[in-house]
Amino acid sequence: MQCEECGKRPAAVHIIKIDNGAKTDMHLCEVCALQKNPITLKANFSMQDLVAGILKSGSVGPFKVDIVHEVKCDICGLSYSKFKTSGKFGCSNCYKVFGDRLNPLFKRLHGNIIHTGKLPSKAGSKIKLDREIERLRQELQSAVNNEEYEKAAEIRDRIRDINSEEQEEHDGQLD
Amino acid sequence: MGSWIKDNGPSNNIVLSSRVRLARNLCDIPFPAMLTKEDGSDVINKIYDEEARNGVFKGYKLYDMQDTGFVDRYALVERHLISPNLAVSGSIGAALISSDEQVSIMLNEEDHIRIQAVLPGLQIREAWNIASSIDDKVESKVDYAFDERLGYLTSCPTNVGTGIRASVMIHLPGLNLSANIDKILQAVMQVGLTIRGIYGEGTEFIGNIFQISNQITLGRSEEETVDNLTGITEQIITKEKEARGLLFDNNRIMLEDKVWRAWGLMTNARSINGQESMKLLSDIRLGIDMGILKSIPVSVLNEIMVETNNASLQKHASIELNSSKRDIIRADEIRKLLMQQI
Repeated sequence: MQCEECGKRPAAVHIIKIDNGAKTDMHLCEVCALQKNPITLKANFSMQDLVAGILKSGSVGPFKVDIVHEVKCDICGLSYSKFKTSGKFGCSNCYKVFGDRLNPLFKRLHGNIIHTGKLPSKAGSKIKLDREIERLRQELQSAVNNEEYEKAAEIRDRIRDINSEEQEEHDGQLD
Repeated sequence: MGSWIKDNGPSNNIVLSSRVRLARNLCDIPFPAMLTKEDGSDVINKIYDEEARNGVFKGYKLYDMQDTGFVDRYALVERHLISPNLAVSGSIGAALISSDEQVSIMLNEEDHIRIQAVLPGLQIREAWNIASSIDDKVESKVDYAFDERLGYLTSCPTNVGTGIRASVMIHLPGLNLSANIDKILQAVMQVGLTIRGIYGEGTEFIGNIFQISNQITLGRSEEETVDNLTGITEQIITKEKEARGLLFDNNRIMLEDKVWRAWGLMTNARSINGQESMKLLSDIRLGIDMGILKSIPVSVLNEIMVETNNASLQKHASIELNSSKRDIIRADEIRKLLMQQI
């Protein structure tokens, strides 16, 4: 069989493309296949290629219609589609902007999606306070839902205390 | 000269050095690849300010890449103080290096900050403790890019989480000669570790020296990472010793011949290239460990390994060396260092 792309070389690779649930088959020669999907045939590749390869394969593959394709970081301007080819983030905000769609990548690279190591002591204490506030907010919500207004007022005051403590700490650091 | 080159450490005859590096970034500033020169300088000034100069980085030397020539940059690479990446990437990068060369901090490499501690022999945990305490001091003055769920945020998703890369530089001639190296390397990769060449990612394996490091940085604590690598390195050491023992018992003449030939060449050659000297140095190192050659301090072998590299030779030369001149000087240096030991 000849390559369906160039029609010159013999087909050596069978590509199954799934687009919006519709399946199409393609038989390509190695040269054309390489152009379509470089990671599958390159023998030597760097870590960066590996990341880009993972992003292009499987659940986040190039043959799937990606409705979030043009998500862009508002700080550095890196788009998600650019990230998928470079495999490198532009700034720390990209992580937030690209959000949960990065999880399959983390899962593939690390087998995990949650950090369990060191906490910076500064950010660590803020994180602990943020976690406490989040917990209190949920408590507040359920108190309001249950019409326990006295309890709700208490919780609200505790949140306010923590917030002002945090503010004081922040101001202290600026001094 | 760095501590890993001149000092002794545990299992130093097989593990040349242990290294831990931590990747860190400042929040609200694009990663180095996206930085202008001015913003890059701001990052350096933020970390290496007046206070740090007299505090955490007292006695450190700053190498601003834009003021550092290529020969000096590569001499730093050869001493494992900076990455090849920093040496080529150039103008916004810098390195802070402690006077004992145990600690180096790369600024504006792939990440804003890369803290590295290197020790001789198998001392990964000790290297982690040193790097972590410097990390604490840097963190007390800047705001790191840190996410509660994902940990330390890095330019490459392969480093996110702990940002730790723990590695050992290990000399495995026994496993290589007995054709067991592939099996070991495969097994190592299966447990989530990776093997690299002597200067890190993308560099070649020469002189039976391998770098083994962790790959996973998310969902595994630094302590687990360090303990895991230490445990596996200890197993590899056992296997290497086994292989050496078998070679000695079954192929003694072949082994002795190899070692003495290496000694003959290294103490007599008048011109030698880097590739060949690394290979012969491995045979000599093995010969000393196995008691075939009389003992020579590890520091002398490490000095040959590091100081007879291209950039290091050029650094000490008064004229520009072409490759044939370099090979002559290399042979002279090696002869001088080895003959002092007889």
